[in-house]
Amino acid sequence: MTEVFGIIDCNNFYVSCERVFRPDLEGEPVIVLSNNDGCAVARSAEAKALGIKMGDPEFKIRDLIKRENVKVFSSNYALYGSLSGRVTDTLLSMVPTIETYSIDESFLNLGEFSEREVEPLARELRERVRRWVGIPTCLGIAPTKTLAKVANFIAKKRPQYRGVCDLRSSQVRAELLSTVPVDEVWGIGAASAAKLAKIGVQTAADLAALDPDNARALMTVTGGRTVYELRGISCLPLELMEPTRKGIAVTRSFGAPVTTWREMREAIASYATRAAEKMRRYKVAAENIFVFMHTNNFNNDPFYSNGASARFAETTNDTGEVVALAVRLGERLWRDGFRYSKTGIMITELLPETIRQPALWGDLDRERRERAWKAMDKLNATLGRDTVRILGAGPKNAAWKLRAEHRSPRWTTRWDELPRVRSN
Amino acid sequence: MSLELVEWVATWPSLLPYFDGSVPAGFPSPAEDYLETPLDLTEFLIENKAATFLMRVDGDSMKDAGILDGDLLVVDRAAAPNNGCIVVVAVNGEYTVKRIRRGPDCIWLDPANHLYQPIRVSIGEDLHVFGVVKHAIHTLR
Repeated sequence: MTEVFGIIDCNNFYVSCERVFRPDLEGEPVIVLSNNDGCAVARSAEAKALGIKMGDPEFKIRDLIKRENVKVFSSNYALYGSLSGRVTDTLLSMVPTIETYSIDESFLNLGEFSEREVEPLARELRERVRRWVGIPTCLGIAPTKTLAKVANFIAKKRPQYRGVCDLRSSQVRAELLSTVPVDEVWGIGAASAAKLAKIGVQTAADLAALDPDNARALMTVTGGRTVYELRGISCLPLELMEPTRKGIAVTRSFGAPVTTWREMREAIASYATRAAEKMRRYKVAAENIFVFMHTNNFNNDPFYSNGASARFAETTNDTGEVVALAVRLGERLWRDGFRYSKTGIMITELLPETIRQPALWGDLDRERRERAWKAMDKLNATLGRDTVRILGAGPKNAAWKLRAEHRSPRWTTRWDELPRVRSN
Repeated sequence: MSLELVEWVATWPSLLPYFDGSVPAGFPSPAEDYLETPLDLTEFLIENKAATFLMRVDGDSMKDAGILDGDLLVVDRAAAPNNGCIVVVAVNGEYTVKRIRRGPDCIWLDPANHLYQPIRVSIGEDLHVFGVVKHAIHTLR
């Protein structure tokens, strides 16, 4: 059985999510800002046409936003996550094996379908996601993942393909690969593209024609693999298993600069709380913890950046223990007189929580605490994040917390934020 | 009497089956073989999870169709908006709930309340149907 990969990719996913319950946004320039309302991370076609680039900081385009009446949204991850799950369910209604690659992309195993079924299936799939969830997509089909990504790129850029590009035929590939810039090939970053340009490799076709050994010498083993994949020889199978979690990081920029230790301690305590919560959810425990903080690198504030790590006496996912150690490390890093812009906590060594021998006799306290944290997790899961928090994490609306001034309602996950239908 | 210590792991289903009647001690219950999964209301209300959305009604233009102000609508985007269906549809950039009726050269969006006028959408005009209303859930307060 020959392998056939599909990749389906949601168009301007975050913007499309914002439009599902807001028909008035159709045809309007719309952008979605990154965490903390920093820069544009998703743009509608109309916003792209106005010249707004990916990653443009909001303050730089403020005048344009006002002049052109661009609709601005803060990231609404509750909504995007919920709609992403619906897209996955819709895909699974037609294709039994898929690999969720990111929040807005999935690889599909199309090898189980007959050669002639594949393209109609792809079109029906696209149509179904559009109708069921309200999200427009493009789909690429090819014998390898890398080629499927190229096909998807072509489908996206050229309207004549009506959203589906099929690169299974080698003639079609020969025709089209020469029109795709090499830096649009999956896995070819700016650095590799620059190296390739020096030896005259400018398009995907040039790269496919490159000697794989040369490619490996230039861009390590992945480079060689990319050449084979572009030639139609599959080296990257579908990854159906979730990779085991290697680490957990909770790091965020502040909504406003932090200048007091009290605020910094609150931030560290609340990030440590989140990290412990995540560990319990994935049933892992920390051996080691790393805490860092720094000021803004990009304005003219005096610069300070520092980090420190420590080991737990016994691996743990106990909120109290994680918070206590994180705060102690933070205290060592703290210097008065700076305007801090960010802090973070990283747990780099995780063990399954079951590895720790639970103390059977004597250490009843630990067992009770575990039960308390689990009860807290349950309350927070049902009543909303941060409903119950430890005192050290500070108030729910502290000044250092993230800015999300333009967040839309969480239309699909909150009873009190459901979309309203006018009936008058 | 002897006691034996055994290791065991209890994994409970999230919903426990319930059957009426007392369970006599020491005698196997005759109902045990007939335990069934309890009824789940979402099974009745939602045919297609990925395509079903909940929305809240503002207004009384559909009151004669049994859709009252504040009701919860179960809207299915996978269902076909056939003639006579009640649908959520975009009118002037806003979602509204109406009954869809095909005319000879247009589509009518009919209210179910004599105080309101039908809306006429000519063939060729953009008509964006969000989904078909499957249920209106009315809570008695």
